Amino acid sequence: MVVAILVWLAAWALFTGRVFRSGVLFIAFGLTMAIAWVRLGAPDIALAEAAIGAGVIGVSILHAAVQMADRERREQRARPDGPPVEARTTVPPRWSRLRGRTLASLVAAGALGGILVGAVWRLPEAPAGLGPLVDARLSESGASHPVTAVLLNFRAYDTWLEIGVLLLTALAALAVRRETDLRTAIRSAGGDPLVASFTGQAVPVVILTGVLLLSVGTFGPGGAFQAGAMLGALGVLLYLAGHRAVTAIPGTTLRLWLMLGIVAFLIAAVAPLPAGDPLLRIPSGRATATILAIEVAVTASIALTLALLFVTAIPPRDPPMPPGRSDRA
Amino acid sequence: MRDASALVLLVAGAAFVGAGTVGLFRFPDVLSRLHALAKADNLGFGLIVAGLVVRADSPATAVKLVLIWLLVLLASTTSAYLIAHRALHRDGGA
Repeated sequence: MVVAILVWLAAWALFTGRVFRSGVLFIAFGLTMAIAWVRLGAPDIALAEAAIGAGVIGVSILHAAVQMADRERREQRARPDGPPVEARTTVPPRWSRLRGRTLASLVAAGALGGILVGAVWRLPEAPAGLGPLVDARLSESGASHPVTAVLLNFRAYDTWLEIGVLLLTALAALAVRRETDLRTAIRSAGGDPLVASFTGQAVPVVILTGVLLLSVGTFGPGGAFQAGAMLGALGVLLYLAGHRAVTAIPGTTLRLWLMLGIVAFLIAAVAPLPAGDPLLRIPSGRATATILAIEVAVTASIALTLALLFVTAIPPRDPPMPPGRSDRA
Repeated sequence: MRDASALVLLVAGAAFVGAGTVGLFRFPDVLSRLHALAKADNLGFGLIVAGLVVRADSPATAVKLVLIWLLVLLASTTSAYLIAHRALHRDGGA
């Protein structure tokens, strides 16, 4: 039933006429997907999906839709005799315009889906897979949660490269903005007292939850990605409330902060080399400390990357303040 | 006994959330839809959390559920206010 809901939400989100509605449906889709992950026995992924997929990305889509609508309304008011400008926020429902290309891609997607389902269906009854191997060596990995042990010790190299990909994303976001000085992205708070009080109450809670997720990751579902997603969402919240927390970070600190995760991995990788051990060999004696240190650095980088993706990708609603004018308030 | 009362609470909660969703679809404009959602959904959610608390297997879980309920209240009030604020001002041409 969850699968049926997922497919229905996805189809609705794709074929609905309005971008804003697609964004809301995307969030609903992300949350349903998180439920699906829980049903499949993967709470770690469920947490990450809910936080990043439904949370940060969903909010980005909604923000973009609102920006588009605002711009159209401004243009509409500037040219009151012009043609009604609803056209650009509205994507005409495509049922009536099913062209050959759309149909072909639908058929191809269906065929691929069918092949995948068939392949999984016919998998031989595998002997428990890698699970027992992981369980056997869990005690020397430094974490008692098998997912964390795999992510940060047994397959730490993969996680290292993932952090590298995230760094590339952050660089791309900064490149879109064409500058690393975020101070032009500051938006005025609007002075709404409810927003201020909500932010004031929410910020400590979110920080605590993020730290909790990070520390629980060693022995339960949680970990660096989930904590980073929470703190990234916090950055987005602060930015939307008009706070200068994210945008006031100077360019050099920004770059160093983004690099924290990958550098932590680099240090952990290179450290065993002088003793003649292979790259990224984590000694089982200091495994927990190493994993925790890496996770803290990774969390910081992920949080800033996610907040940055939001802040840089969309031009601010208010006209940007020139960088010369310093807000040394 | 515990399961029975939990069941009653959960079903009542689901009924209220359903009523809120019907209101979402049927009310003509943003403000009345918000009204339906804010009242009915929050009540339904509160009942669902109450049902889960009754079924909770440890006091820690129950406390966490109550905290979640409080956080959802906080977030949904703020977002309802913000939506209403924007709807009012947008139609005013601001």
